[in-house]
Amino acid sequence: MTTKLLIGLDGQSSGDRALTFAENLAKLIGQAELLVVYVIEWSPYSFQTPEENAQRHKRREEEISTAMERVVTPAIERLEASGIKAVGMVRHGNVADTLDQIAAKQNASQIIVGRSTESSLSKRIFGSSTANLVMGANVPVTVVS
Amino acid sequence: MNILQKTSLSLAVLTASAAPALAQEAASLDDRVNAAFAAFTGPFVNLIFAPFPGTDFPWIVLWLVIAATIFTLYFGFVQFRFFGHAIALVKGDYSDPDDAGEVSHFQALATALSGTVGLGNIAGVAVAVGIGGPGATFWMILAGLLGMASKFTECTLGVKYRNEYPDGTVSGGPMYYMSKGFDELGLPGGKILAVLFSIFCILGALGGGNMFQANQAHAQLTGIIGEYPGWITGVIFAAVVFAVIIGGIKSIANVTEKIVPLMGILYVGAALIILAVNYDKIGWAFGQIFEGAFSGLGVAGGLVGALIQGFRRAAFSNEAGVGSAAIAHSAVRTKEPITEGFVSLLEPLIDTVVICTMTALVITISQQLIVDPATGLFVLNENGSIATVNDVSGVALTSAAFASGISWFPYVLAVAVILFAFSTMISWSYYGLKAWTYLFGEGKASELTFKVIFCIFVVIGAAASLGPVIDFSDAAIFSMAVVNIFALYFLMRLVRKELNSYARRLKSGEIVKFN
Repeated sequence: MTTKLLIGLDGQSSGDRALTFAENLAKLIGQAELLVVYVIEWSPYSFQTPEENAQRHKRREEEISTAMERVVTPAIERLEASGIKAVGMVRHGNVADTLDQIAAKQNASQIIVGRSTESSLSKRIFGSSTANLVMGANVPVTVVS
Repeated sequence: MNILQKTSLSLAVLTASAAPALAQEAASLDDRVNAAFAAFTGPFVNLIFAPFPGTDFPWIVLWLVIAATIFTLYFGFVQFRFFGHAIALVKGDYSDPDDAGEVSHFQALATALSGTVGLGNIAGVAVAVGIGGPGATFWMILAGLLGMASKFTECTLGVKYRNEYPDGTVSGGPMYYMSKGFDELGLPGGKILAVLFSIFCILGALGGGNMFQANQAHAQLTGIIGEYPGWITGVIFAAVVFAVIIGGIKSIANVTEKIVPLMGILYVGAALIILAVNYDKIGWAFGQIFEGAFSGLGVAGGLVGALIQGFRRAAFSNEAGVGSAAIAHSAVRTKEPITEGFVSLLEPLIDTVVICTMTALVITISQQLIVDPATGLFVLNENGSIATVNDVSGVALTSAAFASGISWFPYVLAVAVILFAFSTMISWSYYGLKAWTYLFGEGKASELTFKVIFCIFVVIGAAASLGPVIDFSDAAIFSMAVVNIFALYFLMRLVRKELNSYARRLKSGEIVKFN
């Protein structure tokens, strides 16, 4: 049976280290499949102008393709180069909730993320995505510093 | 130096040098703008508010109320039957997680609301209560409840017949459902209606969506910092609007879009506090509202006077049947256009039934309206409005009413009014633009032309006096409703088909709940 590992990337250097960690882990496990996920922070309860609404679909497509191009595809290529099976996806939503939901849906056995890179003010108010994920996730979470 | 800094700097220079020297001249400039404007718009206003033959009841008010009643009956009281479902949709219970990142039902509702919640709720209600007495509130609430069905009809069609462009952007609204819907039914004249609607929508955007807002924002400012010429407020407002819609300075719009909902909550909160403090008078206030609704309590025109004012201001505030919301709601990407109709029916409820009623209750409870102690009837002033304690009307009346409960609230209200005015202008500049591009085609030059005209009208609106501005605003917005509702009568069977199909699938469980 294949072990599924979910790796959450945010395009930062800590994400690179998380990727390296996941790569090594996958090699150790042997039969492992990696799900490379990039979550674009988004809330359905924000306020927008009519013009922003009208352009939303276009922006969403652009956001997804940019994230795919810059973060997810390079990671997949790197993993595949070292012989690991990898699938990528980009989603919108709350980072912690979305990673946890995808893990549950895809039967991933654990989530691997880099340490949070948010600014200290927003972290103080809302908590960091990483901390929220660690507290709320239904599968084990590995945080790579 | 960016555009904003440049404009604000030149503005500061302009106002500093111009204000004292030109004060005299400016007052007469305001007068001239006013007189010219009133003369120019008079015939149009008279046509829209012409009385129904043989009565003194404006036919337009009848037109709106009859339409709202017909839609309510035709869709079997959809506003009550699907009220719970509408809430579930806004909460995202039926949103597919794979669509995350698209415009949500909540966002579409919030955007549409930020275009309607505003001065209509603060100043418009004061105008209604100031002329029609507390009884106008009763008719306002009734109009709000019926109007939910009109909104439902137009917003469903707005999403169903919008244009989706290859680049992923959308354009929707009555002009699109008129032309496409009529074609689908094989009826002639859809295109003509669409063109007519677009013309009126441009006028409405310049009137109620612009001049009325600028005018009342100026009234609020003079109430706090003293009298000064209206064109100064106009120029400053126009500069900020210019910066957002032409300069593309998103940050200003983003900030207001975030503060406006907060202001709305603050406004309702303050009203609730005043009502809580005066809880012993709430029963009496409702008594006044009911008694006034059927007797008028001495207002000009009696029952009919109260009713006209109530219906008129409700329509102006929640825009049900006007067609503007159909433009705002059409941005949602959904497989079921009707879900957006359900969501939109919450708008008149929040706008009119909740917020407008709050304002009316506060004005009534604060006893700003002068009552003759001998007869218990209202005392009228020379204009035929009810005399008030400080001889104020419009937003100043609301301000005085809130001040009687919370002395510093007029300052908060002033900020709220300015922000509401601003966000309404931004929304209407978009509605007007959509109508404009429908007529003249999409393109940089065409869009820029409309935006510049829009900014010029901000200045005119701030300089003219309330009477002609409010008449023109109402007339322009109601003329949109004339065309829109006419089209809705033909298109409503398409909505019923959608409604029946959706209701059946919802019952059978074919429509899945995700959360």
